[in-house]
Amino acid sequence: MPMSTILALLGKGMLVSVEIFFFTLLFSLPLGLLVSFGRMSKNFLVRSLVKIYIAIMRGTPLMLQLLVVYFGPFYVFDMKISPGYRFVAVIIAFSINYAAYFAEIYRSGIESIPVGQYEAAKILGYNRVQTFFKIIFPQVIKRILPPVTNETITLVKDTSLASVIAMAEMFTIAKQISAKETTIMPLMVAGVFYFIFNYIVAFVMEYIEKKFKYFR
Amino acid sequence: MRGNMNLVEINHMKKQFGELEVLEDISLAVQKGEVVSIIGPSGSGKSTLLRCATLLEEMDGGDLSYAGEKVVWEENGKMVMAPLAEAKRISRTFGLVFQNFNLFPHYTVLKNVMDAPVCVDKVSKKEARERAMRLLCQLGLEDKAEAYPYQLSGGQQQRVSIARALALKPQVLFFDEPTSALDPELTGEVLKVIKELAKQHMTMIIVTHEMKFAKEVSDRIIFMEGGVIVEEGTPHQLFASENQRVQEFIGKLGN
Repeated sequence: MPMSTILALLGKGMLVSVEIFFFTLLFSLPLGLLVSFGRMSKNFLVRSLVKIYIAIMRGTPLMLQLLVVYFGPFYVFDMKISPGYRFVAVIIAFSINYAAYFAEIYRSGIESIPVGQYEAAKILGYNRVQTFFKIIFPQVIKRILPPVTNETITLVKDTSLASVIAMAEMFTIAKQISAKETTIMPLMVAGVFYFIFNYIVAFVMEYIEKKFKYFR
Repeated sequence: MRGNMNLVEINHMKKQFGELEVLEDISLAVQKGEVVSIIGPSGSGKSTLLRCATLLEEMDGGDLSYAGEKVVWEENGKMVMAPLAEAKRISRTFGLVFQNFNLFPHYTVLKNVMDAPVCVDKVSKKEARERAMRLLCQLGLEDKAEAYPYQLSGGQQQRVSIARALALKPQVLFFDEPTSALDPELTGEVLKVIKELAKQHMTMIIVTHEMKFAKEVSDRIIFMEGGVIVEEGTPHQLFASENQRVQEFIGKLGN
């Protein structure tokens, strides 16, 4: 197989990896906030259910979760799995898994805001929604950026786990070409790709962190 | 508006934290234009009194009203609060200045002062900005309007938080140890501002450890200990008190 073909194939896979990355962030970041609310809920039942959810998501391999989400509909509901479902399953599995991690990051940030901020807002007459989104949340974002960067970088590498259900992303393709051509080169190219991708992620996150330097 | 209407009226306020009775039975009425200082040793319940009066803490007994309107009261041994909208409206009567300022760190000084009027009272941005700038000028902070709280000294931050409270035009302003987080040098500039407000007949209830200041600025001083009001009177009366605890306390901190 000529080099150009290999690179073209890997390029296609790269696109899928990037898609998994962006869709996962798009869904898991807001979902994580919602989950963190549930985690901090005054309602015992809600709080307990969310705790169990987080425990499962963090306590079992993402690779297994991918398999469950992908094959679950077939084994549980006897549904026929359409080929288009593969990508959807990847996004679902990644999103609910990362939402659990993000939820705990949000919670740590929200709980680190001094109670005086809530009290000041209450005395000034802000309602609960205003208090959270105008006063608390901007301060939370600033505080949680470093751990969010960590998770985001892990996510870039975790996209390779989608190969377990034969999602044709970067790593799956690199592995297939490697096996066929008996060379490790495509895997090395994949490694370089993940590295560059994460370099960009770190750069962007640093930029956002700088943007939040205007207050302390 | 003169006359005898009590702007703040607290009757038989009680507060417990678990087994600990922090406020035993506090009754206090403050008229429009009055400046009342509350003094007393740590743990006497001064701050809790303020926190209950500003609804940050739920009281366990008694009642509380502003300008004749009840916000919290006791009914068949249970505490009842006015309906939320009602309580919110009545809450506009008072403002509170915290010991630790509690400014919003991600807002400029100007935004700290003008945001609540805009978001809560629906004042136009233009008017809120003018009102905020007037207050900042009055408190000597006009050149700090675009600064962020972390760039200010403690004294300046506390003055901003006073401006922020005043921007909502409260009828009575509570101060919870407004200078306790400040070094002596910065304390003076905050006390000066409060004295200035007293001259303008702002109704104020001030929890403080600054005896000299309390003596100068107050119409009435209340001495609290162990969750009760031990003694109250004009500064003159209190500083001449026969009560031994009052004497000891003032002797230790006064002058």
